[in-house]
Amino acid sequence: MPAWQVNRLEIRISGLGGQGVITLGRILGQTLALEHGYHVAQTQSYGPEARGGASRADVVVSSSPISYPKPMSLDLLVALSQEACNQYYRDLKAEGQLLVDTTLVSQTPSNRFWGLPFTALATDKLGAAQAMNMVVLGALTHFVPLLTPKAVKTTVAQVLPAKIVELNLKAVELGYSRAKKAYAEARSQWTFS
Amino acid sequence: MASKKRARNEIFAQGNDAVVEGALLAGCTFFAGYPITPSTEIAEGMAARLPLVPEGVFIQMEDEIASLGAAIGASLAGRKAMTATSGPGFSLMQEHIGYACMVEAPVVIVNVMRGGPSTGLPTSPAQGDVQQARWGTHGDHPIIVLSASNVQECLEMTVVAFNFAEKYRTPVILLLDEVTAHTRERLTVPESGALEIFNRVTPSMPPEWFVPYEDGLRGVPPMPAIGSGYRYHVTGLTHDKNGFPTSRPEEIQALILRLFRKIDQFFYDIQITEGYALEDAEVAVVAYGSVARSARLAVDLARQQGARAGLLHLKTLFPFPRPAVEEVLRRCHTVVVPEMNMGQISREVKRVNAGPAKVRTVNRIDGQIITPQEILKPLVRG
Repeated sequence: MPAWQVNRLEIRISGLGGQGVITLGRILGQTLALEHGYHVAQTQSYGPEARGGASRADVVVSSSPISYPKPMSLDLLVALSQEACNQYYRDLKAEGQLLVDTTLVSQTPSNRFWGLPFTALATDKLGAAQAMNMVVLGALTHFVPLLTPKAVKTTVAQVLPAKIVELNLKAVELGYSRAKKAYAEARSQWTFS
Repeated sequence: MASKKRARNEIFAQGNDAVVEGALLAGCTFFAGYPITPSTEIAEGMAARLPLVPEGVFIQMEDEIASLGAAIGASLAGRKAMTATSGPGFSLMQEHIGYACMVEAPVVIVNVMRGGPSTGLPTSPAQGDVQQARWGTHGDHPIIVLSASNVQECLEMTVVAFNFAEKYRTPVILLLDEVTAHTRERLTVPESGALEIFNRVTPSMPPEWFVPYEDGLRGVPPMPAIGSGYRYHVTGLTHDKNGFPTSRPEEIQALILRLFRKIDQFFYDIQITEGYALEDAEVAVVAYGSVARSARLAVDLARQQGARAGLLHLKTLFPFPRPAVEEVLRRCHTVVVPEMNMGQISREVKRVNAGPAKVRTVNRIDGQIITPQEILKPLVRG
């Protein structure tokens, strides 16, 4: 049995095509579904372009089976571009949480948000901007109490090609420790039990 | 912290991946196709998996016309064959769908519906191909059209599609939409052998006694694989029971009536629907595909607000499941039909509505799924 009782926890990861938004959503969804045993529906929306267009992945998590697979009002919005932040902030619940990449999002619609420089961290600490999505995943592992680092790492190792697993596990670890250091109390801000 | 022990056969997969698993479980050994969003993952999956299946063949063809042609050829040679496409490719396949009807070749065609007409919206959902699936190929013909609403159902309905194709010697169209095809959920892949799998009946008489299109009780002639010693003529022209072209009225009529009868007399087997909270329902939703999921939440929300709402989920679209729909129309004062088109199944519901029930439509054609709130409104207002 999953550790928490949740009724439709709705998470959106939004950004630009090429940032690995959908891979991030997929790994997040798979961890919650297969490692933690929740009901999960992960959907996505992207334009016909291969890179640069708007891209988003939605994850609905519940302790009971999910009928409608798309989010209706978000509990957590992850914005990895200024446009995504502007566009989707209105879909966030009043008590919902916003997480932004402070490298790319300079103006937040509210002062109440969690922010970390994900792109700068991936570039400076790992030398690989492509691993930015896994730094975000690491941070989410801290922010979303449903997740455990062990389960997230298991999924990363399963889903990604073998030759890039090591780098990405490092990225997850980096995001997790930075989030934990900057927002030690974040996990207690959720209203579900 | 107890985390659920994962069964070995549980994966986190898209609807398209589930179609691949279903096809392989059903015994599919041949896939010909041309990749097109949002169905591409089916071709990708079959390309990865079929080479590992004994005698498995995957071919990427030059276009969708050739794709279905190759699948029909493989079927005549004894294979269980499939192709997958989306709107523009489905339009190209129409001529060969009729050919498969006429030569009675079992074949499964998956159409993941996207916005149209024409190239339309490659990455957005729609349900605009429902009547095309029924009537897209020319000539009066019966056809089986199925749908699925979630990932597990994609696997199940793919197996059903192969079973119907083999049982009734007919092309079967599985209509998915972009949301169903691209939603990822936990999928339990059954052990092979856990599902009922139907294989076509092959002739038991010696080859010299074989009459290829002879009528029988079921109206479905036994089907030998080409090359197995049973020689017969295959043509899209209207043919006699030996397979040769005919223009004699009594032979033409006998063939066409048999093609209809072999499907019509098994409606009870083919028409699959699922009722939800219908027992005491006064208002009901009739829905299919991903919209059936929105409808289910809308019914739950309507019940919370005191409305006696229910859902009839259509898994078979054609032959139109008239008995189940008629029962809902008899018992409810209002029936709501939400669709991501301008009203393609609602016209069928209106057609069979013989009583005073109101048929209300909810339509959306902007590339977005219909939300539970949009279905809830007519349910609580009546």
